[in-house]
Amino acid sequence: MTGKAPIVVIGAGQAGQQICDSLRRGGYEGHLMLIGDEASLPYQRPPLSKKFLTGTLAADRLLLRPASYYEQLKIDVHLNTRVVSIDRAECRLRLDSGESVAYSGLALATGTRIRAVNVAGAEQANIHYVRGLADGERLAAALANARRVAVIGGGFIGLEVAAIAREQGRDVVLIEALDRLMARAVAPQVSAFYADLHRGYGVDVLLNTGVSAIHNEGGEHTLVTSSAAEYTVDLIVAGIGVVPNSELAEQAGLECRNGIVVDDCARTHDPLIVAAGDCTWHMNGFLHREIRLESVQNAVDQAKAAAATLLGQPAVYCQVPWFWSDQYDVKLQIAGIGMPHDQAVVRGDPADKAFSVFYFRDGALVGVDSMNKPAEHMAARKLLSQGIPFRAAQAGDSSIDLMQVARGG
Amino acid sequence: MPKVTYRQQDGAEQTIDVPVGWSLMEAAIQNNIAGIIAECGGGCACATCHVYVVDTARLPLIADMEGDMLECTAAERQPNSRLSCQIKMSADMDGLVVLIPARQT
Repeated sequence: MTGKAPIVVIGAGQAGQQICDSLRRGGYEGHLMLIGDEASLPYQRPPLSKKFLTGTLAADRLLLRPASYYEQLKIDVHLNTRVVSIDRAECRLRLDSGESVAYSGLALATGTRIRAVNVAGAEQANIHYVRGLADGERLAAALANARRVAVIGGGFIGLEVAAIAREQGRDVVLIEALDRLMARAVAPQVSAFYADLHRGYGVDVLLNTGVSAIHNEGGEHTLVTSSAAEYTVDLIVAGIGVVPNSELAEQAGLECRNGIVVDDCARTHDPLIVAAGDCTWHMNGFLHREIRLESVQNAVDQAKAAAATLLGQPAVYCQVPWFWSDQYDVKLQIAGIGMPHDQAVVRGDPADKAFSVFYFRDGALVGVDSMNKPAEHMAARKLLSQGIPFRAAQAGDSSIDLMQVARGG
Repeated sequence: MPKVTYRQQDGAEQTIDVPVGWSLMEAAIQNNIAGIIAECGGGCACATCHVYVVDTARLPLIADMEGDMLECTAAERQPNSRLSCQIKMSADMDGLVVLIPARQT
């Protein structure tokens, strides 16, 4: 490999770090370059909307690996650096410094960026978003001094932030445009449980409600809702989704469709270029369909597939998707993709704050949401990954030990 | 600062300083200890930071959530199995030894 151009990984997040790690563990000894546009070494993003906001977790504790790791593995890390273009014919990248870098293999792990609130007054409202470490640091500081907080968006991010803000004693109004919370990810039964949970903790949860304008005056922001109600707060946080960073790939002539298009081995149609993580529109070997997933699991497992492809040993990315969310004293763990489904079976009692919902499509288990039921979540991952037949009647029968079924007992 | 020793299956050991309040998982990650994956970053959501604790007497009890997740470790659960993300370092745990299992996934 000596004398050959480096393998370059663009994007120093969870997927980028995993690609580098898997390349080294897989025996790649050549020059390996990791380029990221943020100031920090790769770090965990999930805590940014959770514990990090309490201010009790220093930023260096979020690092996926310490600085010494990159030295040991001879990973040539370039932070605060943006790639501005890819010249596929010449196999070269241009950096924002003007420098040109040759590559022998290229991995795109460019992630996503936040979708901004676009209503009158939004630009002047100093709205907080949660994506990067810098966002998390700004929001943690602002929360510490806030009294009244408006959260726009009732998805994972918005709900996690609302929970933290309530635990800190702030008044919180949460505004969701759809008729239920986390509508894209969970079934109505789970949405209803979370609406009750948040209301029980004192959040003013508004469903079917949009924000039509924001008036800003003297450090206060008044949100005008679609039903003409007004809420005056001193801090606004929005979590209304993300957009994949696919422009670089698009400009290089790679196919993009709600993300960078890759096959089930993380390959673009350019044999030298792979992509992994939140930025990919990918053929999912487990789901047997194309999808874009925003999760740690997808970042890690697809990154492993991308590295294997770069090592010349392509292997199909075929792992059960899983997700988690912490809100108050409830841990939500999701296995598989339960949407869409034609049957949902509740196991346990939501009133106990410990239950699971099993989703079936055409009689087959497709996903499970578990609230404070980690053992059922792990059993579900086993059932799904091993394709063990499991019927709705079994899901609803609490006398059946799921882990035993999952172990093939 | 209290110390913890991480022992691999082949007997190799690394002894490191662990700040009080940090989890044994975090200390392992920030010191490049092999064999602790911690995919969920300490959320008690993945069971990939499993360790066998040599002297469990000094540890806080296992909470329900951790107990459930321990049922799902890749390497066999033993009476001294713990998730290292759920063990927060305290001064009286100085000198603790943990054994890292053969596999986490």
